Amino acid sequence: MVELARKLALPERRLPASPVLVVLLGSCVFLVIGCLQSTIFAQQTVAGLAQGAVYGSLALALVLIYRATEVINFAQGEMAMASVYIAYQLIQWGFSYWEAFAVTLAVAFVLGIAIQVAVIRPVQHKSVIAVVIVTVGLFILIDGLVNWKWGGAIRFMPAPFGGRVYHAGGVAFARQDLGTLVVTIASVMLLWALFQFTKLGLGMRAAALRPAAASLVGVRVNRMLAVGWGLAAVLGAVAGLMAEPSQFVLQPTLMQPILLYAFAAAVLGGLESPAGAVVGGLALGIFLNLIGQYVHFVTSELRLPFAFAVLLAVLLVKPTGLFGHGKVRKV
Amino acid sequence: MRARVPAVASAAAVAVVLALLPFGMSGYHQALGAKVATFFIAILGLDILTGYTGQISIGHGAFMAIGGYTTAVLSRDHHTNLVLTMLVAFAVCFVCGLLVGLPALRLSGVYLALATFALAVSVPQIPLKFSTYLGGSGGVQSSRTVSHLWLYGVSWAAAAILFVLAWLILRGRTGRAFRAIRDSEVAAVSSGVKLPVYKTLAFGISAAFAGVAGSLYVLGTNGFAQPSEFGIILSLQILIGAAVAGLGSLWGVLVGAVFVGLLPEISSSVPLIGSAHGQDVVFGLLVILVMVVLPTGVAGLFQRLRRLRAPT
Repeated sequence: MVELARKLALPERRLPASPVLVVLLGSCVFLVIGCLQSTIFAQQTVAGLAQGAVYGSLALALVLIYRATEVINFAQGEMAMASVYIAYQLIQWGFSYWEAFAVTLAVAFVLGIAIQVAVIRPVQHKSVIAVVIVTVGLFILIDGLVNWKWGGAIRFMPAPFGGRVYHAGGVAFARQDLGTLVVTIASVMLLWALFQFTKLGLGMRAAALRPAAASLVGVRVNRMLAVGWGLAAVLGAVAGLMAEPSQFVLQPTLMQPILLYAFAAAVLGGLESPAGAVVGGLALGIFLNLIGQYVHFVTSELRLPFAFAVLLAVLLVKPTGLFGHGKVRKV
Repeated sequence: MRARVPAVASAAAVAVVLALLPFGMSGYHQALGAKVATFFIAILGLDILTGYTGQISIGHGAFMAIGGYTTAVLSRDHHTNLVLTMLVAFAVCFVCGLLVGLPALRLSGVYLALATFALAVSVPQIPLKFSTYLGGSGGVQSSRTVSHLWLYGVSWAAAAILFVLAWLILRGRTGRAFRAIRDSEVAAVSSGVKLPVYKTLAFGISAAFAGVAGSLYVLGTNGFAQPSEFGIILSLQILIGAAVAGLGSLWGVLVGAVFVGLLPEISSSVPLIGSAHGQDVVFGLLVILVMVVLPTGVAGLFQRLRRLRAPT
């Protein structure tokens, strides 16, 4: 079974088209040179990386669900926000931050599976638009539940990494930025390892790519899809918990702007591509921070429209995102 | 041809009911009725694009914002007749729709959905940036406000006119081209349908409808055009309405409009939860429930009923 499933999950590794690679490498070189030239540039780049890591991990959650269910999960950000509130509640009950962190991830996993089984599975194969609307309904529902339970007022959570700042070569690195970067990248790597090296991950890849064939070789497709939702919820929870300290306060609208950036990041990378989502997120984070620093026309109101304008420009050149591939269809 | 008579008769019946309804209602309920008409027009526009041409848009709130601001600004600066501003909004949004439709030619499916979503997010930010002319977060106040009855009458009159317009567009050559594109782009091109022309046209028409809805929406909020009124939630409401309506059914649109127009009001009066946010919980639950029970919307239900009645 494993051998067969491996064959099904094969068309996984494809490099992006070479012009895209050239552009990506070029921007990396530009960033490195810029960082060496100017300390402000370096500082903004590191802060951008930390923000981008948050966008990237939420974008990755979107991509996981997109690959398994072929819909954009509008509720992803609100699921993440609800997880942060769960962590908040646990800390109120006397857990330490990292205990609460771990418990929250477990709860998010269970809730993700529960959502898939309870409301997504019944509409899954009936109509794509119905699934999208169910996620929109979930968005409203979760938002309402959190507002109902905890209220819309601002809450405060302890900072996970403290406020220390490191200095290296005249550049100040906030410990919090570094911590955010480490935690999100670590969770992405763990997830990648899970998908790449375990039987469960293999089954999930096979189920997402070729559901019918996968079920023929003995993969429990439905179960795999549910686990996929669970993992996406966990990833979202990590993104939420890491996003919270950079906003300083906790309120129900916490993840809404971040979800939009995650959408942009996921589309930028190509919705089919997990690596694309992470790269897209990081690129977006750095790009927005640098633009905010150096281009004064783009004030905070214009940040979001500007991000989307860039996204649109990319899509017009490459309609399936940077790492995406056009689908070949028989007519 | 035989199906025409009952269709026309039921349309007339609905029109009569809608025309008589306001006389027994309070001002509050008239405003609510006008809101349903507003949603009706917006959902109708979205249905032309998504249900009949197969292009998804999550960005119709953006066109509503453009239409609404057109009305408010014209009224503020030139004291233009409000009905006239709706015509202008129709034209302006038609052009905007064409402009959005052109790049949309390169995109499809989920990428198009997210690109239009980007539009919905971006447009309300523009008044914040150019606040001297567009009023910033405070919004633009039109020079005239209208009574509830006026609003109800004009809204439903506009809805009726646009409904007939949509029907005329969809029954003829253009509608056939739209449906051909929806069912198979390759087959449509092979039969001589000019894909770029009709896809852009569908975007234009759809946006124009949303523009009129936007004008009415602004008049319904005491003539105030505010960025916060045109947030993502509005676009999502239109999408929910279209999904409840089911794609490609003009009658379903009425049900969809009633659903999104009235439900938040009804669920806020559910005593069960009794908090300001209880209504979101109820509304969210109902949206999910309706989709689970009727994944293809009211249109799908109609189809099933028709098949039951005439088993062939």
